[in-house]
Amino acid sequence: MSSPESIGQAPAAPRSVSALGLPPPMRRDHQGLWVIRGSMSSRRYWCLAAIGLALPLVGWFALARFGTVNPVFLPGPAAVARSAIHWLTRGNLLDDTRISIYRVVAGWALSALIALPLGLLIGTYRTIQALLEPLTDFIRYMPAAAFIPLVMLWVGIGESAKIAIIFIGTFFQMVLMMAEDVRRVPMAQIEAAQTMGATRAEILEKVILPSAKPALLDTLRITMGWAWTYLVVAELVAANTGLGYAILKAQRFLETERIFCGIIIIGLIGMAMDQIFRLVHRLAFPWLQTRT
Amino acid sequence: MQAISCRKVCKVFGPAAKPIVALQNINLDIAEGEFVTLVGASGCGKSTLLRALAGLESHSSGEIYASGAPVTGPGIDRAMVFQHYSLFPWLDVLDNIKFTRQIAAHIRERTSAEVEMASGRAQALLQVMGLTDAAHAYPNQLSGGMQQRVAIARALMGRPRILLMDEPFGALDAQTREVMHDLILHVSQLERCTVVFVTHDVEEAIYLGHRVVLMAPRPGRIECEYPVPLPELRAQHMKYTPAFLELKSRIIGQIRATSGIKTDSELLEKLARRSA
Ligand SMILES: Nc1ncnc2c1ncn2[C@@H]1O[C@H](COP(=O)(O)OP(=O)(O)OP(=O)(O)O)[C@@H](O)[C@H]1O
Ligand SMILES: [Mg+2]
Repeated sequence: MSSPESIGQAPAAPRSVSALGLPPPMRRDHQGLWVIRGSMSSRRYWCLAAIGLALPLVGWFALARFGTVNPVFLPGPAAVARSAIHWLTRGNLLDDTRISIYRVVAGWALSALIALPLGLLIGTYRTIQALLEPLTDFIRYMPAAAFIPLVMLWVGIGESAKIAIIFIGTFFQMVLMMAEDVRRVPMAQIEAAQTMGATRAEILEKVILPSAKPALLDTLRITMGWAWTYLVVAELVAANTGLGYAILKAQRFLETERIFCGIIIIGLIGMAMDQIFRLVHRLAFPWLQTRT
Repeated sequence: MQAISCRKVCKVFGPAAKPIVALQNINLDIAEGEFVTLVGASGCGKSTLLRALAGLESHSSGEIYASGAPVTGPGIDRAMVFQHYSLFPWLDVLDNIKFTRQIAAHIRERTSAEVEMASGRAQALLQVMGLTDAAHAYPNQLSGGMQQRVAIARALMGRPRILLMDEPFGALDAQTREVMHDLILHVSQLERCTVVFVTHDVEEAIYLGHRVVLMAPRPGRIECEYPVPLPELRAQHMKYTPAFLELKSRIIGQIRATSGIKTDSELLEKLARRSA
C-alpha cells in the first residue's frame, strides 16, 4: 500500500537499538530455502519443480538401461515413447483422449451443477444439513466400482453410464466439501449483513456465495483430480474407446508400455487442468493476493 | 422517546439443567443522541447485551425497545461495528461502504436526486474517515485502524439511528486508538446518532461516554452507572484531570470488586495458591 495513513499511524520507533551497543534486530530472510512458509521467486520455484519432475524420469532411464528388470514389468522410457507414437499414428490416441476428457469433464460438471446449490444450502441451513449430510456421509463410503452393475441396469451401457460412474465417484465428496467451504464463511460477515437489513436471499447471494467462492473453486479443482481417478473404473463399463479402456485392453495383452503411456497421458492432462484452475483462481480473486 | 429501553431483560445460554445466566434482569434506558459505554469484567455479558440490542441474539425474557418498537431481529435503524473480520474482503473500500446500497431494505429513494445524494454520502464518509486515498484498496491491504474506519463508515452509510460497537478498537495500538476516539466522537456528533459502545478499557469508556454502565458477572447484570463529569466536547488532555482520574480509579476498583478480586496482590496470591 503506497497511500499514506494520514491519521492513526504510530510514530516510527526511534533508532536507538544499535546506539546502545546491542546487535541490530535479526533480519528475517523470507527467501531462504528452509523458512517456514517462506516465499520464493517463481524462477526458483519452477527450477525446483523441474528437478522434482526430472529426477524420477532420470531414475527410470537408469533403471531401464542398467538395471536387470524385465521390460515386461518395467519398460524403458524409449519403449513407452515408441508406444505413444505408435498409438498416435496407427491407433486413435487423440480420439481416446478426447472421449476420456469428455467423460470426466461431463461427470464432474454434472456433479458440480448439483453439488453447488446443495452445498450452499447444507452449509447455510442446519435443517438441510441434518436432512442431507448424514445420508451423504453414508453414501460416499460406498465404492463407485460397486455401482457398475446397478448403473448398467439403470442407465444402460452408453456414454451416460460412464458419466454416471464418474458422477457417483465425485458428487458425494464434492457436496460435503462445498458445504464445509460455505460453513467457513466468517459469521461476522454474515452478521454484518444482517445488521444492514439484508434478507436471507440477499445474504446467500451477496455475502455467502462471494465469500466462499475461492474455496469453492479450490474444491472444484481438487474434485476434478478425483474425477480422473475414476476414469478407468468408468471405462470398465462396456467401453471400446478411451484412455482407461486402452489401459485395460493393454493389460489383457501384457502391453506394459501402453499401460505406462496411458497413465502418463492421464497425469499430464490432469496437471494441465490443475494449472488452468490455478490460473483462473489467481485472475478471479485478485483480492486474495494483495498481501503476502 | 428513549432510543433504547430494556425492561427486565434476561438471557440464558445452555441446557436447562446447567444454565448460564448471561443477562439477569437488565433495565436500561438510553436517550436519543446519548453515548453510553458498557464496561465490566470479562464474561459479564457485555457482548450478549449488545447483540441482543442488535437483534442478533434473542433474549429469553423481558422486552427490548429500539426507537419505540420492540426488537425481534436486526433492523436498519441499528447498525453494528464488530471487533474484526466483518469487512467483505472481495469488495474494495468504497464498495464495502456502499454495500447497503445493494440491500433492498435500504433502497427507498425514488428520485434520481436522492440516489445521487446517497452516492455523495459514500464519498463524504470516505473523506470524514480519512479513507479517500484508500478508496480502491482491498480490506486486507489496510492496517487494522483503517479497517475499523471502513467498518464504521459502512455502518453509518445507511443512516442508522443507533450505532452499536463491540470493542471496535480492542485490537488497535494505543496511539491509533486515541485517534479513533476523537474520530468516533466527531462522527457521532455529526450524525447525531445514539451510540452504545462496549469496551474493557475504562479510560476509553470515560473519555467517550456521557454515561458509563458497569456490568458484573455471574450472573451478568448491571452493577451501577456513572455519569461522566466532563464537558460535551472532549479533548485528550482531560484524561489527566483529577475528576477523570478519580472516576477511573473508582470504576476500576468496582470492576475488581465485582470479579471477586480487590487488589493486585490478592490476585497474585490466589494464582500462587492455585499453582502450589
Ligand atoms: N453462544 C453462547 N453459548 C453459551 N454461552 C455463551 C454464549 N455466548 C456467551 N455465553 C456466555 O455468556 C457469558 C457472557 O458472555 P459475553 O460474551 O457476553 O461476555 P463479555 O462481557 O462480552 O466478555 P468479554 O469482555 O470477554 O468479551 C459468558 O459466561 C459466556 O460464556
Ligand atoms: Mg465481548
